Amino acid sequence: MKKTIGVVIVLFIGILAIINIVNTENEYYNLKLEELKQEYAIKPVSSIDHSKLPELQRDFETPQEVTEACIGCHTERHKEVMKSAHWNWERVSYIEGRGVKAAGKKNVLNNFCLGAQSNELACAKCHIGFGMTNDEFDFENARNVDCMVCHDNSEEYQKGSSTAGYPDRTVNLTKVAQCVGAPDKINCGSCHFFSGGGNNVKHGDLEVALLNTDRQVDVHMAANGMDMSCVECHTAENHRIKGRLYSVSSTDTKRATCEQCHSNTPHFDDILNRHNAKVSCQACHIPDYAKENATKMAWYWSEAGKLRDGEPYKEFNSDSTIEYQSIKGTFVWAKNVKPDYMWFNGTADHYLLGDTVQSFPVQMNTLNGAHNDPDSKIIPVKIHVGDQIYDTKYKTLIQPKLFAESKGDSAYWKDFNWETAVAAGMQRVGLPYSGEYEFVETEMYWPVNHMVAPADQAVSCAECHTRSEDGRLVQLSGFYLPGRDYNKFLDGLGALLFFGALFGVFVHAAIRVLISIRKRKYEMKVIDYENKFPNQDK
Amino acid sequence: MRKVYVYKGFERFWHWTQATLIIFLALTGFEVHGTFSILGFEHAARFHRVGSWMLIGLIIFAIFWHVVTGEWRQYIPTTKKLMAQIRFYGVGMFKGEKHPMHKTEVKKLNPLQRIVYLGFKLVLVPITVVSGIIYMFHKTIDRNEIVVVSDISLESVALWHTLGAILLMVFLVVHIYMTTTGHTPTSNIRAMVTGYEDLEDDEEAEQTAEQEETPKVVLN
Repeated sequence: MKKTIGVVIVLFIGILAIINIVNTENEYYNLKLEELKQEYAIKPVSSIDHSKLPELQRDFETPQEVTEACIGCHTERHKEVMKSAHWNWERVSYIEGRGVKAAGKKNVLNNFCLGAQSNELACAKCHIGFGMTNDEFDFENARNVDCMVCHDNSEEYQKGSSTAGYPDRTVNLTKVAQCVGAPDKINCGSCHFFSGGGNNVKHGDLEVALLNTDRQVDVHMAANGMDMSCVECHTAENHRIKGRLYSVSSTDTKRATCEQCHSNTPHFDDILNRHNAKVSCQACHIPDYAKENATKMAWYWSEAGKLRDGEPYKEFNSDSTIEYQSIKGTFVWAKNVKPDYMWFNGTADHYLLGDTVQSFPVQMNTLNGAHNDPDSKIIPVKIHVGDQIYDTKYKTLIQPKLFAESKGDSAYWKDFNWETAVAAGMQRVGLPYSGEYEFVETEMYWPVNHMVAPADQAVSCAECHTRSEDGRLVQLSGFYLPGRDYNKFLDGLGALLFFGALFGVFVHAAIRVLISIRKRKYEMKVIDYENKFPNQDK
Repeated sequence: MRKVYVYKGFERFWHWTQATLIIFLALTGFEVHGTFSILGFEHAARFHRVGSWMLIGLIIFAIFWHVVTGEWRQYIPTTKKLMAQIRFYGVGMFKGEKHPMHKTEVKKLNPLQRIVYLGFKLVLVPITVVSGIIYMFHKTIDRNEIVVVSDISLESVALWHTLGAILLMVFLVVHIYMTTTGHTPTSNIRAMVTGYEDLEDDEEAEQTAEQEETPKVVLN
């Protein structure tokens, strides 16, 4: 008996041991990843040194002369550039519900500085051209293509502020022309890190810290990691740059994806790989963004315009971010932000100038997607909220004129008069303005794609698969998420049955015990009797 | 009374392995369900998957064993003496009555056990295992993956799986308790461990049978 009990116990432990052994997490050497690392460890070396080219041994008076010199050898490149959205500030594409439509900075609004129209002089700092002072820019003139802003490797080049896209007057154009090459992080970053008027304002996952950072912040761009530049993922064959920024883009084409290098089955674990059908890589591998510097989470234009002694002013937070600025309003910043999560199928719609607002808060860009859409995946998103100016009668968002060089030119940032700023802005974009305005709430969605954390810091299973209100996917509904969702009725019934059975069993056992106690009293008498007369039994 | 070898080696191995696995799967499964937290969701889910494959393997062996040895006949349901058995558990055993059924190595199960175990084998386990397999292979459509299940919602699969698990747990509670209703509270468990059980002698049994059975049966 003892032996068999021993065997049974050994069997139990054995089964549990087998379960554990079979379950041991794979710690195989990840050859796929090593291969990638090897591939990207080799940094391309330019086959040409522009400082030795005779064509560039001269003084350049204007940036256009540099462009002419570029085109002199790279005879067809400007044509590629002039087809790009970086140049045209719009892209013609099919947008669901609208048909084929051009959308881009020319006609899309946002809830940061609102829109580029009528403010080109300042906004063109991030246009790859020279001389965009208003909406009459000549998009056919190749001389105005700014090659240097992307290809300067000397860190000498910078665009001037409010110079319509021309470089700063201090830039030594000859030096820049002789130091061109493949774009580095700072070339992309000079616009994409500072969009919205300051470092990390818009994206939250793209900022100056990425120029020199560690693996904790971004495994790809880390100086002590692969030190990858933007264009290693956002490849740009014939100046067709891979990657979609859905604040202006609409289609699921030419996206830069994790899968293009890592494949869609990058894990050893099949369950994790299968998640990829519905969950984007980013959702787990970017547990939080704005890891180094704060990003803007809200912008309330309605509070703009307060003056001190008739002058605009700024108020700062303790981390030197701006809390209030007379020309812009009140801001909310945040660091180490846990993303929101949304279903996204790669297509988006935008509030285009002139659209009638249907509902509030107004979605500046709508990320299309749903749990039952086979193309949709859960992605991490930065949601930027705020309020901005709105025509109550025509139900349209307003493009005000914000920037001008001097007072009296209707610009809000100089005159602090919404009436004239709105009238001037709306006139420029050719839309009616009723004269009645108010501030309405708006939301803008920024997919978070950068600041990928080291693998061991990825979002753990239980951060989504939990009943907790803090679960990351608590906002997403309509589908069954194991660990989060359950049938309340069935669980209630289950508890009732289980504990009911336990109760019933205890009652039954109790009755038996009581009866046996009674019986034992009786039996004990019998035994006593037997002891007294031991021989009687035989 | 005589000592009889009732439960064969495989039968006992199967019984206890299945018991361990079901309890283990219940613990990990209800953790995945979110009922409580012991191992953490990630480990619970992994362990649950491994355990489930082991149970499926065991069930295949068990089915083979039942078919080959003919032991499946033990589970052919009967209503004969069913009420007597129920009455025994409800009333009779408190009064110190004898078991209405005589257990032999050829007839191991009483009518109530037959029905309950058959239900366990043909309804409870299949519901849980089949829904579990669908759960495991539940894929929603992905461009790169073959669709195994797409028309059945994960929600309904999970519902059936949970229902099966709940009923199994109720079975577990009652089943464990019922093992204490043998000749002595531990005699049934002892039998399932060692294989041997003290059963009434055939003559004794016949006598009891004669006393109990109706004349018609005796004539037959």
